[in-house]
Amino acid sequence: MLSPQTPETKPVKLSVRNMDFRYGEKKVLDGLSLDIHAERVTAIIGPSGCGKSTFLKCFNRIHEVSSAVKVSGDMQIDGVDIYRGGIDEVDLRRRVGMVFQKPNPFPKSIYENVAFGPRLFGMKDKATLDGIVEDALRKSALWDEVKDRLKESATGMSGGQQQRLCIARALAVNPEVLLMDEPCSALDPIATAKIEELIVELKENLTIVIVTHNMQQAARVSDYTAFFWLGKLIEMDLTERIFTTPRERMTEDYLTGRFG
Amino acid sequence: MPAAISYRPRRLSRVTDRVMRLALWGLALAFIAVLAVFVGAILKQGWPVLNLGFLTRMPETLDAGGGIKPEIFNSLYLVALSLAISLPIGLGAGIYMAEYAGQGRILRFLRLCIETLAATPSIVLALFGMIVFVQMMGWSFSIRSGAVTLALLNIPVITRVTEVSLLGVPRELKEASYGLGATRLQTILKVALPYAATGILTGLVLTAGRAFGESAILVFTAGTNTSQTFPDFRLTVPGETLSVHLWYVTSDGTLPDAREIAAGTAAVMIVVLLVLNLSVRLLDRFIRRRTR
Repeated sequence: MLSPQTPETKPVKLSVRNMDFRYGEKKVLDGLSLDIHAERVTAIIGPSGCGKSTFLKCFNRIHEVSSAVKVSGDMQIDGVDIYRGGIDEVDLRRRVGMVFQKPNPFPKSIYENVAFGPRLFGMKDKATLDGIVEDALRKSALWDEVKDRLKESATGMSGGQQQRLCIARALAVNPEVLLMDEPCSALDPIATAKIEELIVELKENLTIVIVTHNMQQAARVSDYTAFFWLGKLIEMDLTERIFTTPRERMTEDYLTGRFG
Repeated sequence: MPAAISYRPRRLSRVTDRVMRLALWGLALAFIAVLAVFVGAILKQGWPVLNLGFLTRMPETLDAGGGIKPEIFNSLYLVALSLAISLPIGLGAGIYMAEYAGQGRILRFLRLCIETLAATPSIVLALFGMIVFVQMMGWSFSIRSGAVTLALLNIPVITRVTEVSLLGVPRELKEASYGLGATRLQTILKVALPYAATGILTGLVLTAGRAFGESAILVFTAGTNTSQTFPDFRLTVPGETLSVHLWYVTSDGTLPDAREIAAGTAAVMIVVLLVLNLSVRLLDRFIRRRTR
């Protein structure tokens, strides 16, 4: 984990400036500005309904699929604006993968789940696909558990396995960023620990943004923590500093359980 | 703090629960009994008539001992043709309504039209088909007039079933697909349709069954005669189906064995529908195992 003594060496991957998000008339996110560094884990914490998940979904524009939304201000990936920089949203979603709150494997075989993404982009060669599937499953620490039953349905797996499969599925298309929306909220402590371990391993060459309700989880896995409250960013800093010496009174109150 | 309210178990709710369960069970049993009597009566009357000769002979117009070979063929042929026309249209319209149309006045109007069309009495469609295809287009009483008019009966049902099945696809699955960089079309083809397949299939069988048993439409468009060659795949010849034959022999009255022919025809229809439903049940189970 990054400590206050060592300077940040990783470049900014995602940058947000004065970002507002409107859902109909309602302003859900208000004047957000923050930077997310490559190959770091950034946790977003805050009480329910503070806009954490919404914020996460703005990075790959997945909310556009189901509803008309309005994002103003700047959101950039590698210096290119996500909304106005001429980025194709389909390509964006390939680069910015997502793991959802509830494990959502396709009702297909384990193999087909992981191969789904690569196939979308025309990957047909069986040997290459096999390699991609194995690689993704190894990265998500699932390979040893499932290598003998790749043809079996993914819906028969345990919740924790399903969630790791969803991570493998996301990894298979080689994303640069992985967004995780409370990935452990439906899992038991053992499965949660496995996912957390995984997160720390994956940041080697991936930018990870994770929304969590679990303070300990944020403290364990993240390098940076951002605290949201009612659609506003109250404070963002190194996780270590947020949890030991927060600048804002509100952050401290929330972390110590005085509200939220 | 107000005083704690003590909740006692209510005997009445438990009794009601039991009574309701018994009542529903009884209703289901009564329904099955009616069905059994009904099917039993048809099969019992039809059984003596059913033999290879009945199934493989051409029908007679004046003498006893006619068969229903071409009628069986025409029934299946017409159902297949009408589905071939209505499936692409209904499927396409259903996909459009569920995935592309969005929410709005136009969609509501469209849905109203489709529901109205689905509820249109078949005799109305029959007369429409006769005026438009048989007379105006000059197709006369023929397989093609029948197939096209029958398709009008099928389209709204298939459209609606497709739409409802697609709307039942969990949002999480679609999000997962979009999240991996799938386009809308890819998501529909690779995730939504496979998931909705069993629902659509069930609707398709109901449609096929309805088309198979339809008589009014075909009396006025496909006619009450049949080609003398067998099997006759031409679209321009008249094609009397089983249900039309059943109606015709009993109402025309020139056949001495009309009662027997009718009973046998009805039995054949019941058996075909039974086989159709069973095979689809099996197919459905197969698909479900692979896609759920």
